[in-house]
Amino acid sequence: MDAVQPQDVTVPVSGWAAWTRDIDVSPRQAVLFGVFILLVFFVLPEWLNSYFLLTMTGVVIYSIITLGLGLLIGRVGMVSLCQFVLAGIGAWVSLRLSYATDLPFPVLVLCGGLVTMAIGTLIGLPAIRLSGLYLALITLMAAGALTILLRTAQFPNGGSGFFGNSSAGGASSLLPRPSIARSDVAYYRYCVIAALVMFAVATWHVRGKPGRAWAAIRQSEASAVAAGVHTTRYKIWAFALASFTAGIAGGLLAASAGGVAISQFPVSNSITLLAVVLLGGVYNLWGAVVAAVFMRLVPAALTYYWGWSTEILTILFGVGVIQVLLTAPGGIVEQMPKDLGRLARKLTGRGKKTEAAP
Amino acid sequence: MIAVDELTVRFGGVVPIDRMTLTFEAGTCGLIGPNGAGKTTFFNVMSGFVRPMTGRITAFGDDLLSMHDFQRARWGIRRTFQTEQAIAQLSVFDNVLMVQEHTGGERASRRQAVMEAIGFVGLDAHANKQVGGLGAAQRRLVEVARAVVGTPRVVLLDEPAAGLPDDETEHLAKVIQRIPAETGALVILVDHDMSLVSACCATAAVLDFGRLIASGTTSEVLRNEHVIRAYLGTETEL
Repeated sequence: MDAVQPQDVTVPVSGWAAWTRDIDVSPRQAVLFGVFILLVFFVLPEWLNSYFLLTMTGVVIYSIITLGLGLLIGRVGMVSLCQFVLAGIGAWVSLRLSYATDLPFPVLVLCGGLVTMAIGTLIGLPAIRLSGLYLALITLMAAGALTILLRTAQFPNGGSGFFGNSSAGGASSLLPRPSIARSDVAYYRYCVIAALVMFAVATWHVRGKPGRAWAAIRQSEASAVAAGVHTTRYKIWAFALASFTAGIAGGLLAASAGGVAISQFPVSNSITLLAVVLLGGVYNLWGAVVAAVFMRLVPAALTYYWGWSTEILTILFGVGVIQVLLTAPGGIVEQMPKDLGRLARKLTGRGKKTEAAP
Repeated sequence: MIAVDELTVRFGGVVPIDRMTLTFEAGTCGLIGPNGAGKTTFFNVMSGFVRPMTGRITAFGDDLLSMHDFQRARWGIRRTFQTEQAIAQLSVFDNVLMVQEHTGGERASRRQAVMEAIGFVGLDAHANKQVGGLGAAQRRLVEVARAVVGTPRVVLLDEPAAGLPDDETEHLAKVIQRIPAETGALVILVDHDMSLVSACCATAAVLDFGRLIASGTTSEVLRNEHVIRAYLGTETEL
């Protein structure tokens, strides 16, 4: 209000105080989060066999891809069907750069992220005008176009320089890992740290000024404009952030065991990705982790233990998405604690509320 | 002061606002009329959502229609909507902060500015609650808090009391009455609740089929026979 008298002393909230207020985490949440990270970082790699270690590395990297898409859908209300292919672009750029330059690994991955961000932003430009089905269609077409581009440009199979090509090369390419993370276990931990950084970036966005602007846009674009939100800028920003996460994940994927091949980024995977992201839950960043588990761990476990075809998952995810859309819009990450609590109350016959993992 | 000069809006064959010329003086002015009279369309022109065919709007000496829609909030236009638009997922504080930070509010004084606006509508105790958990009347108050945070120059209230019971409308009226004096903003109030309009507005203007049919002090306007005929329809018998 402009009625603030000059004698009113304005107490500026210091950066740190504002930051801790923005974080807004209860001690219980902090402890749960700490335990979860310790488990993932130290216990899991000791306990897993090499097959599941690779799978979990995949889960960690995929959670960065699903993080970006979940943010776009849940926070801004925009759909993208090119998120998965954008990860392929990230892999392509960081691999080509590694053939052409001697840049250190983090810089390669970061460059992959930034170039992917630029491309994703270009695709996102129609997002200013379009929404819903039309936006989904545009991004799906873009995904198809990018896949064709990668195929014609010969998905990096070696050769020298940025546009080189080796006719002798195999179908997949491996980005050399950083010296501190040569082994599979060390690389797994490296990816966990990278994912933590990306989740921190996402949290900072969601809890801060962009997050509030996105919430306003999702509520109603008209009311956001009336509140002074530059809706075009913030929608493009969201698209850029989602593309950046995909690009970073692509770079990390290129250095995981087996490397990457163009066949890993089919357009159809972008649709599966949308399904698992909805299934996991888009209103909570943890939903991204659940989605990554569905995308990577569940198929691997089915194959490993029962030798099932992963095709069956398409059906299961379809049923799951229907269930989520009809009864639990918050996805598994929000529904599961409620259901477990209800189950616990039923079992103990008392009103004590129990909650599962965060 | 806001001067509206020969404003005409046309949607195909429909003319929701027809050569409207009107001056809003400081204080609170009521804008009334039957459904479809062009009240919300006028607000949408003020917000920049609707581009008029002809006419000018000069607000405090600035040509309003030449500004981009999102810049108008920064200039000082705030509004509420017929269907309440407080963001359910955010806290009351964050709802108000969202407006403060996007209308050019200083970062250093943001907490103070936001808490002042929340205190203004009497929601201090609920500042950290999620808006989704509040009642209809409180959510309306959140919208008003969003409209008064920072330095508003024009506050447009579109049926703020719609659907509220009488006692809550009374509290809302008391809040609205304080806006001009405490924030210096010019308030335009659209509502069908004549007791709210009488309680808040010194002057009122009446629209019917896009035309201005009366303006003046509220009590005069409400006694005007054209207004009674157009608005209440008492003289058009079957």
